Amino acid sequence: MTATLERGLSALREQIDAPVASFFTSCVSCGLCAEACLFYKETGDPKYTPIHKLEPMRRMWENEFTLIGRVKSMLGLGKPVDDALLTEWETLVYDSCTLCGRCTLICPVGNDIALMVRKLREGMSASGHGPVELNAAAVRHTEGTSPMGNLSKALEARVKQAEALTGLDIALDKEGVDYLLLLSSHEIAAGPEMIEAVAKIMDKAGKSWTISTEGFEATNVGIQLGNRDVAANLVSRIVNAAEKLKVKTVISPECGHAFQAVRWEGPNLIGREYKFEVRHIIEVLDQFRAEGLLKVNGEKDHAKITFHDPCQVARRGGVIQEPRNLLNLVADNFVETDNAGAMNWCCSGGGGVGANQRANEIQEKAFGRKKKQIQAVGPDKIVTMCSFCHTTLEDQLEINNMDDIEVASLTEMMAEYLAE
Amino acid sequence: MNNPYFDFLMWVRGPGFNIALVILVAGLLLRVIEILLLGRKRDFAKPKGNPVGQGIRTIFTRSVARKGMVREAPVTYVAGYVFHLGFFIAFLFLGAHIALVKSLIGLSWPDFNKALVESAAALAVIAAIALGYTRATDPVRRALTKFDDWLVLTLSVLPLVTGYIAVNRVFGVDATLWMAIHILTAEALMVAFPFTKLMHAVTFALARYYNGSIQGRKGAES
Repeated sequence: MTATLERGLSALREQIDAPVASFFTSCVSCGLCAEACLFYKETGDPKYTPIHKLEPMRRMWENEFTLIGRVKSMLGLGKPVDDALLTEWETLVYDSCTLCGRCTLICPVGNDIALMVRKLREGMSASGHGPVELNAAAVRHTEGTSPMGNLSKALEARVKQAEALTGLDIALDKEGVDYLLLLSSHEIAAGPEMIEAVAKIMDKAGKSWTISTEGFEATNVGIQLGNRDVAANLVSRIVNAAEKLKVKTVISPECGHAFQAVRWEGPNLIGREYKFEVRHIIEVLDQFRAEGLLKVNGEKDHAKITFHDPCQVARRGGVIQEPRNLLNLVADNFVETDNAGAMNWCCSGGGGVGANQRANEIQEKAFGRKKKQIQAVGPDKIVTMCSFCHTTLEDQLEINNMDDIEVASLTEMMAEYLAE
Repeated sequence: MNNPYFDFLMWVRGPGFNIALVILVAGLLLRVIEILLLGRKRDFAKPKGNPVGQGIRTIFTRSVARKGMVREAPVTYVAGYVFHLGFFIAFLFLGAHIALVKSLIGLSWPDFNKALVESAAALAVIAAIALGYTRATDPVRRALTKFDDWLVLTLSVLPLVTGYIAVNRVFGVDATLWMAIHILTAEALMVAFPFTKLMHAVTFALARYYNGSIQGRKGAES
């Protein structure tokens, strides 16, 4: 056995706990998870059945964590987890799973399949089976300030642009403020709009806020790749920044996996509770709305609007009602898609799939689910609260000649309709 | 009077049953302890919802199919429900079974009439055949199926079929022999239980609890 494989197996072994053991023990191979999966539904190929994507992990559990499996292994009857198996499973684990978690909600015995894929990726990446783009992004982010490399200068430029556009002062690295805003590199790359929107909203709400130059990037490729060390390092930059500036609340931006990384996995990655709160930006805005701090001007967007629930924020993050409360303030032709909310179909780009070139073809196919869901409503505009869903939707709509449909950020939309 | 199968029946009712019961209980405990001993790490993320409450709730609520899902795999869902319900009615509400449980642990409850129990058993057998059919023909299920799946399906159906034959003396069979066979098939099910996917009948509660508590911590649906 090579050292790399050994490292991978040991990383995978660490992931097997009581939930994983009860999930594998309970699976009766009913195949219903396939019906929840966009990759299976759009290809009809049984290899995309979610539970099947976990075979390497299931084998390790059987061989090492069950009585019969241990006996079988001792008699030389167990099927080993080897490099050939992991190589074969690479594309199933990374290219054809967005960690969207629809399967987790329909499994009759209650298996959290998406969680297990996330766990399996720890073993895959440690054994050298992670996709090149995710590995490269992990290196860039570890050495720089974002998965796109060093974005510190770009951030400062965007802040200056936003100041010019709003006429407001935006202080970087300000201590003792109410909110620390995180951003995703996509938002910084796209333009000053998000910073501008937040500046306007915070100003009207009378809240103090800042951006830290030491921890502004919210995305975390360590989560998608399945590398706890990378993920912990990236999260700790944010934790250190927030604690140094003594902020009360850290705002996770419009990014799905960043919310999982900062809000839910982060404390476990660093092994302690935070000294601050983390909330998704839409949770913060909805709280402002409830407290009367976010007032709109009464005008409405008359376009036919639908909302796309990002998997990691909605289904796996519990933020479903908040965006609707906000959208209803500013839109008068808001139409829900079929399956909206907890069972929404994934944009097809999450979980690292969109960053992985090898997955382009299968991703385009899988987008077919989303496409049908959108076509049934026929909207003028799709509003969402994840910048990666946003980019993916724009790209895939263009490929499908549907780019007459506009894609918009809910935060930016709220800023447009603020009362003067 | 001198039924040649009498000794066989006595053995399966006595020593045979005791052996099966010991293997079932010991095996079950072992498997459940094997799972629970793995434990899980403490979650440091501040909960938004109620992990424990939602975990417990999900043990029950996950029994109901999500909206629109039955349409996606009607045979698996419908036959799945019918099989489970039919099996449990036949298992738990036949007078003779209740008497057996009473003799073992002293608990008893009202029985259902014979026609109802037999209809439930018959429907469960038909459902099991349907489940076997989709397992053999549907590409997703065929790809997932291992020997264990067929073994479990067969072992679950045999007591239903043999019980019906024994009670009704179908084809004029010998009641003593078939009752002995019926009990033996039930014992086979008991012995296999801890070592096969039959375990899901116990661990589904753990799996659903964990699923519900993980989602519940985040204030998300489960």
